[in-house]
Amino acid sequence: MRPVRTVFAGALLGTLVLAGCGQSSGTTATPAPTTPPSAPAAEGFPVTIEAGNGQVTIDRKPERIVSLSASHTETLFAVGAGPQVIAVDDRSNFPPEAPKTDLSGFKPNVEAIVAKKPDLVVLSDDLDNVVAELGKVGVPVLLEPAATTLDEAYEEIAEIGAATGNKAKADEVVTGMRAAMDKLAAEAPKDKKLTYYHELDQTPYAVTSQTFLGQVYSIFGLTNIADQAPDAAGGYPKLSAEFVAQADPDLIFLADVKCCKQDKAALAKRPGWAGLSAVKNDRVVELDDDIASRWGPRIVDLAETIGAAVAKAGAS
Amino acid sequence: MTGQAGPSRARPLWLAGALGVLAVSMVAGLLGGAADMSPWQVVLQAVDWLPFVRVDSGLTPVEQGLLYELRLPRVLVAAVVGGLLALAGAGYQGVFRNPLADPYLLGAAAGAGLAATFAIVALPAVAGGIPVAAFIGAVGGVLLAYTLGNTAGRSGGTATLVLAGVAVTSFLTAIQTFVQQFKVEELQRIYSWILGDVGGGWDQFWLVLPYAVVAAVLLLLHGRMLDVLSVGDEEAVSLGVAAARVRLVVLLAASLATAAAVAVSGLIGFVGIVVPHVVRRLAGGSYRIVLPLSLLGGAAFLVLADLVARTVLAPAELPIGVVTMFVGAPFFVGVLRMTRRAET
Repeated sequence: MRPVRTVFAGALLGTLVLAGCGQSSGTTATPAPTTPPSAPAAEGFPVTIEAGNGQVTIDRKPERIVSLSASHTETLFAVGAGPQVIAVDDRSNFPPEAPKTDLSGFKPNVEAIVAKKPDLVVLSDDLDNVVAELGKVGVPVLLEPAATTLDEAYEEIAEIGAATGNKAKADEVVTGMRAAMDKLAAEAPKDKKLTYYHELDQTPYAVTSQTFLGQVYSIFGLTNIADQAPDAAGGYPKLSAEFVAQADPDLIFLADVKCCKQDKAALAKRPGWAGLSAVKNDRVVELDDDIASRWGPRIVDLAETIGAAVAKAGAS
Repeated sequence: MTGQAGPSRARPLWLAGALGVLAVSMVAGLLGGAADMSPWQVVLQAVDWLPFVRVDSGLTPVEQGLLYELRLPRVLVAAVVGGLLALAGAGYQGVFRNPLADPYLLGAAAGAGLAATFAIVALPAVAGGIPVAAFIGAVGGVLLAYTLGNTAGRSGGTATLVLAGVAVTSFLTAIQTFVQQFKVEELQRIYSWILGDVGGGWDQFWLVLPYAVVAAVLLLLHGRMLDVLSVGDEEAVSLGVAAARVRLVVLLAASLATAAAVAVSGLIGFVGIVVPHVVRRLAGGSYRIVLPLSLLGGAAFLVLADLVARTVLAPAELPIGVVTMFVGAPFFVGVLRMTRRAET
């Protein structure tokens, strides 16, 4: 087995080197038309990023980026690295123009990734040792794990911008996000002491305030009913249906609309839940499952949906 | 395995005891839960539900609703599923004369798991599709194992049947994993289902009840036949028992019981193997006593396991399969050790 693999890896390395040579001639033209102030930033390579897989140094502006994370795909396109992205994994469904492939971010196949001849692979999980495997064949990898705080999400967007030669645009995106979130937080009616329940699936799994999502909710001054679960249950506890019924949250946010066909009518049909005040008072909010599970630039969209629901609930 | 002499006299005592244990566990199951209600109020409310009696429990309508819509059916579903799994386990052990046979060994669980996975992946919009699919899958898995076992080995060879069950289980599980790889976003739901859940409300209870009654009656009626089979096929024939026919009927009834249980609750392991063994150690090996006691004991066991599952981390829940396996696996090893000691 060993010799075969070595030969194969050698062949791959060969193609990579060749691909690299082929590219260097083409790259010079593309960054030129950008405005003068951002041009030096694009030329700012080599750049070193403090990523989840240690210090990553990228020597040249990447032109063949593979993204294995739906969140990072959204970020790449938002910071203007879209034209550099040549392949994204099978779960990256936004923006629609992202070059979706059958690459799996859940069960990464190193050979299939290398076959795309990437000069940068962006991912959020080091599943099956993929970072080390890609490192062996000399592909630069940027591991940006799932953000646990809003600040971490901003930081990752800025890092992805810097790593792809789009630092100025990325900083602009982050500044815009911060401003939008601050505005939403300022507008939220905080005196009402509203409680909420965010549902991941109908079993029912919830999120606590310790999670990234929980922190997004907390800027609106909401109280999470799932926080009563003990720490041992984790940030995503499977709640008891009777507990949710008794806690009777003011607002219910469903993040299992697309996956599991849940909506207000489905909630009303669950045993013991028909009398929930959120169901009766039309305070069940159907979220976009995807937006509610990613930590890219569309966090603002999620926050706006939450903000609108809170404002509506707070007004009455 | 010769307990036939004694049990006829001790039988009513054992049955009364088991009924008592079941009643106590069901009351405990009704009292405990994530919602905060005083035991006394719950008892009053339970009395209020009885016909011709009216008492004021002091519970709010919401609390009454969740007690009646969530907790009561949950206790009942746990009892029915636990009883079915244990009864099916005892039945399989009788048919195969193998103390390690259980409802999941013969491909029932793998068949149900595969079919449920298909249902979750392919028809998520069809309400109630998962139980039906799991039911068909469980029966299909057992039939496949049975057919393979019969064609591969000599007809009626029980070891071949169990081995066929193992092979079918591996094969079906492989297909299931293969399907899962294509629907990563459904992994959470498939995983939840595999770990079992009895919290489906009254719908689940009414769904499982008719199958439970048919399977239980069929199995309980065959206790004496299984006792005869346990002394050997030739003796059974000489006593006028059609061994092959009895075996088929019991096998079908046990598979029906498994399929019904799996369909409403997902995969809950080890009940089918743990409970009949406890019963056998306590009350002797006659199937006339092992079958009914397994039914009652399995019901009590799963009601208590569910109580643990929903209170130990309240208001969060553990999947019930985790609780039964946590208790069942060490117990299984214990049984193996004791069986070994008895043999040497």
